[in-house]
Amino acid sequence: MTKWLEENTPKLVLAPSFIAILVFVYGFIAWTAWVSMTRSRLLPKYEIEGFIQYDRLFASPRWDTAFGNLFIFGTLFIVIAMILGLVLAILLDQNIRTEGAIRTIYLYPMALSMIVTGTAWKWILNPGLGLQAMVRGWGFEDFTFDWLVDPDMAIYTIVLAAIWQSSGFVMALFLAGLRSVDEEIIKAAQVDGIPTWRVYTAIIIPSMAPIFLSAFIVLSHLAIKSFDLVIALTGGGPGYATDLPATYMYAMAFSRGDIGQAASSAMIMMLVVFAIVVPYLYSELRSKDG
Amino acid sequence: MADLSVSAASPAGQSQTGKIALRWSLYTLLCLFALFYLLPLFVMITTSLKSLDEIRTGDLISLPREVTFDAWRTAWSGACTGIQCEGVRPYFWNSVLIAIPGVAISTLLGAMNGYVVAQWRFRGANIIFSLMLFGCFIPFQVVLLPMARVLGMMGIAGTIPGLIFVHVIYGLGFTTLFFRNYYVSIPADLTKAAKVDGAGFFRIFWSIFLPLSLPIIVVTVIWQFTQIWNDFLFGVSFSQAGTQPVTVALNNIVNSTTGVKEYNVDMAAAIIAALPTLLVYVVAGKYFVRGLTAGSVKG
Repeated sequence: MTKWLEENTPKLVLAPSFIAILVFVYGFIAWTAWVSMTRSRLLPKYEIEGFIQYDRLFASPRWDTAFGNLFIFGTLFIVIAMILGLVLAILLDQNIRTEGAIRTIYLYPMALSMIVTGTAWKWILNPGLGLQAMVRGWGFEDFTFDWLVDPDMAIYTIVLAAIWQSSGFVMALFLAGLRSVDEEIIKAAQVDGIPTWRVYTAIIIPSMAPIFLSAFIVLSHLAIKSFDLVIALTGGGPGYATDLPATYMYAMAFSRGDIGQAASSAMIMMLVVFAIVVPYLYSELRSKDG
Repeated sequence: MADLSVSAASPAGQSQTGKIALRWSLYTLLCLFALFYLLPLFVMITTSLKSLDEIRTGDLISLPREVTFDAWRTAWSGACTGIQCEGVRPYFWNSVLIAIPGVAISTLLGAMNGYVVAQWRFRGANIIFSLMLFGCFIPFQVVLLPMARVLGMMGIAGTIPGLIFVHVIYGLGFTTLFFRNYYVSIPADLTKAAKVDGAGFFRIFWSIFLPLSLPIIVVTVIWQFTQIWNDFLFGVSFSQAGTQPVTVALNNIVNSTTGVKEYNVDMAAAIIAALPTLLVYVVAGKYFVRGLTAGSVKG
């Protein structure tokens, strides 16, 4: 008995966590998948009815907006944050004397809650007393910057705040990458008289491909899960102009009492995440463990 | 570090003044970006120190003519979240009560799991680890509905223990990952030698691995603390009046529609909600960044 216990201690230690993950991650996904195939409304029902919830979802104009917003927001957020992060990292890599301080400033928003970020930008962008009022007060009476209340433009305020929050982090990733590039190669290129910008475009940036990939994964993951920022900054409004799948799901689950729609929209979110993450994770695990 | 700016400029035969101009524009650019990142914080602080009158008449980035801490007092103990008007104070303590056990339990479990997965490999251990890692990536929306029901069945719906439970479960993947990646670099011979000397599983963990683990414990604690403190989704889904964390209370204060909009109070409340994680960042920035990059490169 003691010998058995001794041999199996590692398994016994891991078991509770493993079971918890099995139930609370995989079991729950299965539950949500199941319920997304039923006629559940306020209470879950368990008779499978096929894809009616998905039909309802794709026919819903609100979901249409939310899903479209995910692509506008996701694409702009990822592309701009990556470019900005890379540019900042390259600028910071030029033997800047105050690098530590500047890095700290660029990165601190990442420590904030999205709710705090949303609250701050909501105040700055409010047309009545924020930036617009300030510039008008300087004498530019016609200056207009009311994206926050403009249904066509409000989504871009979310892009702006999200970039403000996350670009410093992308910079940190790229900076770590720049520092790990083999110096010998760079020196050799310099001896050959290759101009600096060519050294970057032809040698350094291509060698950082894995970092681009992980930055992309993290940012897309952030984009799909974005919920707090929308709630704090626009509340999904004006109307539902800035809804994202995450806020749609929440509204259906907790204020509309439409569990079927909540479950099916959550499943779509998961499929989008998996489409991006699974190939990455698969290659990561394979390359690590051989 | 590649010193490109200096050495690469010389073969091109650039003049000394050209180099200095380049340096200056570089620093100017960096400072402009620093302003972009600092502006919201600056606006938050100055707004929180102004009176409402001054906010209405002055402009966004002007310094307060008269510094007042009234908004801070209101935010801490008088601002209204819906019908209750007790400020963010009770919710701040809720967050503390959620974060401390949540961080401690998930870190401890992560350390034990990481130790097993890295040093006591058994058949299937890698699959188990992959399954756990995968759990880090799911959008939490997919577990919200069943979790709400299960918390109800367990009798901890809407309570602080319920929120601790949720944070521990969904933090496990990351904490296990952190410790696993750290322990993997410790030679397996160490464990073998200790086994030969008659040390058991827990003894080896306690007297060999734990003393080596300080850096990764700091990284994990900071990561988990930031995650739990800044969480909003679980907080808003699984709490009820009285057990809400500070992020939920902040959102309620800002979006409460009753009475006059007190922007200075909103900003003070936002800063209060942000202070703990900002403080952690300022004090232990190095570990904070390490957690972010470790969590992202593989998680």
